[in-house]
Amino acid sequence: MADTKTVLVLGGTSDIGRATALRYAEAGWAVQLAARDAAEGERVRADIATRTGVPVTLHRLDILDTAGFGAVLDGLPALPDTAVCVIGLLGEQARSEADPAEAARVMRSNFEGPALLLEALAARFAARGRGTLVGVSSVAGDRGRASNYVYGAAKAGLTAYLAGMRHRLARLGVTVITVKPGFVRTRMTAGMPLPGPVTAAPREVAEAIFRADARGRPRSLYVRRVWWPIMTLIRLLPEPVFLRTRL
Amino acid sequence: MMTDLCGWGRYPRLASDLLEPRRAEEVRQVQAARTGWVARGNGRAYGDAAIGLEATIGLRALDRMRHLDEAAGTLTAEAGVTLGEVIDALLPRGWFVPAVPGTQYVTLGGMVASDVHGKNHHATGGFGAHVRALTLVLPGGEVVRCSPQEKAALFRATIGGQGLTGSITEVTFGLMRVETGWIRQRTIATPDLATTIRVLAEAEAEATYSVAWIDSVARGARLGRGAVFLGEHATRADLAELAPGTDPRPRHRPARLGMSFDLPGFTLNRLSVGAFNELYWRKAAATRGPQLSAWSSYFFPLDGITDWNRMYGPRGFVQHQCVIPAPVAQDAVAEILRRVAAAGTASFLAVLKSLAHGHGLLSFPMPGLTLALDIRMTEETPALLAGLDRLVVEAGGRLYLAKDACQSPATFEAGYPALGAFRAIRREIGAEGRVTSRLSARLGI
Repeated sequence: MADTKTVLVLGGTSDIGRATALRYAEAGWAVQLAARDAAEGERVRADIATRTGVPVTLHRLDILDTAGFGAVLDGLPALPDTAVCVIGLLGEQARSEADPAEAARVMRSNFEGPALLLEALAARFAARGRGTLVGVSSVAGDRGRASNYVYGAAKAGLTAYLAGMRHRLARLGVTVITVKPGFVRTRMTAGMPLPGPVTAAPREVAEAIFRADARGRPRSLYVRRVWWPIMTLIRLLPEPVFLRTRL
Repeated sequence: MMTDLCGWGRYPRLASDLLEPRRAEEVRQVQAARTGWVARGNGRAYGDAAIGLEATIGLRALDRMRHLDEAAGTLTAEAGVTLGEVIDALLPRGWFVPAVPGTQYVTLGGMVASDVHGKNHHATGGFGAHVRALTLVLPGGEVVRCSPQEKAALFRATIGGQGLTGSITEVTFGLMRVETGWIRQRTIATPDLATTIRVLAEAEAEATYSVAWIDSVARGARLGRGAVFLGEHATRADLAELAPGTDPRPRHRPARLGMSFDLPGFTLNRLSVGAFNELYWRKAAATRGPQLSAWSSYFFPLDGITDWNRMYGPRGFVQHQCVIPAPVAQDAVAEILRRVAAAGTASFLAVLKSLAHGHGLLSFPMPGLTLALDIRMTEETPALLAGLDRLVVEAGGRLYLAKDACQSPATFEAGYPALGAFRAIRREIGAEGRVTSRLSARLGI
């Protein structure tokens, strides 16, 4: 099985994580799922293994336990060829404003944890001289907005971190890809009224990740292209105009 | 959240609270908090079977496969997994499902709850015959496993039980080995009903799959003319003979056609359907020799048109599917076809096939012939259906609950002699007054 590639999906029980793991498995990749919830993790692990027949392993990971990252990675059966981090926590903006502990949890789950975890993987990939890191960030990180800036700021941090890693690692044989999905119909957004043309299904995000990995170009991309003009406009709005919007 | 729910026929539409547990453990909590509920899968029952009287428990999120046992040839999966997902996953490894209905967009839970039958029911039985075990969340919240050996009475009530014994959360069922994803098909055009029925009966002995399409517009001497389609799973040798170089495992292609809007109700009339049927019959009559058909177009031809149910206009349609005991089947089917043709409510789909025994207390199949007709909902439809139902009762037949939206309690009771035993089990497990669909309330189950 020397030519079987392996993908590590960090946040494997989320809807996007599950779809991503399945997409790679359908292409014959072995899958390592890292997740906090062991019961849900096993549910997804068995599903992907049964659907595709590829080996799928489950690994326990708490994104807030940054000190434990080394042990998690050392415990993998093999260093993966690609690692995809889909971990994120939307939280509630109002609650984060009122409760610093909650705000810190959102910031740590979306920025500190994913950044440090990807950095630990980057060191291992760079030592090997090969590997792909995919970080799922968010359009919410493109400009801080009243409705979700705690989440947005953490994602902005992750976007900048990924950009920096991409810059540093390009000459070391490691490809870093940033994926911004825009709205996605998932458990995270259940019950929210999402506009159809800019809302993707989890498997669309998975397909975008898989294709970007297959092309192997270090870059940042939106899953649906329509987000590029939207976010460019939002970023360029002069502050006096922006302040009058409700976004 | 109150939602307007309907079945595939889009009639009736009824408000219900839609609750969507994300995993099996949450089903108990949802059930405990409510009464007057029933589970729902992918909404492919045609009428009101999967609409709760007060609340509907949508189980599509239970969509994980659990285990493929290649030695035993069984798959265990959560009940919200669809048949199409199973075929997509397992056909590349040489497995197929031994009983499939006319659409792949049904869930496994729905296939159990309706004891669905396929074109091979006369030979290999319905889906219920292949279920090895079920996990069921009883009305009181107890999670039980039942099988032909364990809690056999509850198992028999749940097979074909329309979800009225609790929520099915997991299914283990037997698979069959196939060499390819192709069907070797033979087509026999038939000039009248007697010939159609005779050809179907003769086919039972030799063909694995058999079904007849009927020209529902034909009258007089041509009444019941049609085409009988016989099929076998093609072997690799068949492929080499009929179409050398063909990929033995054709993948399902997503539908290219779609109904993105409702056709006005009058579009399907005797003229348009009659013209289509004439062409279709002539094409069948001109077919010579065996042909290869991909699994998706052989078993699920209508799945090729997304939202084809919108063809019948905004008021929706009903599917009248009855089964009539063999000795009187020809007369009853002839009379039903005559009345439908005379009413001028052209049925785009009319299908005839043989059935054997069912496997559950409320299973639809019984030895005889089943006729399925799609009928557009209009002012006159209820009266037409009531007349057809009387014919079915007089002939000792019954109607398929998964398709039903209109039958009366009397028609239902006449057709389902095991209803008393089913009610007794419902009482025993505390389902009465708790597990209630619009269908069970309408029929007094």
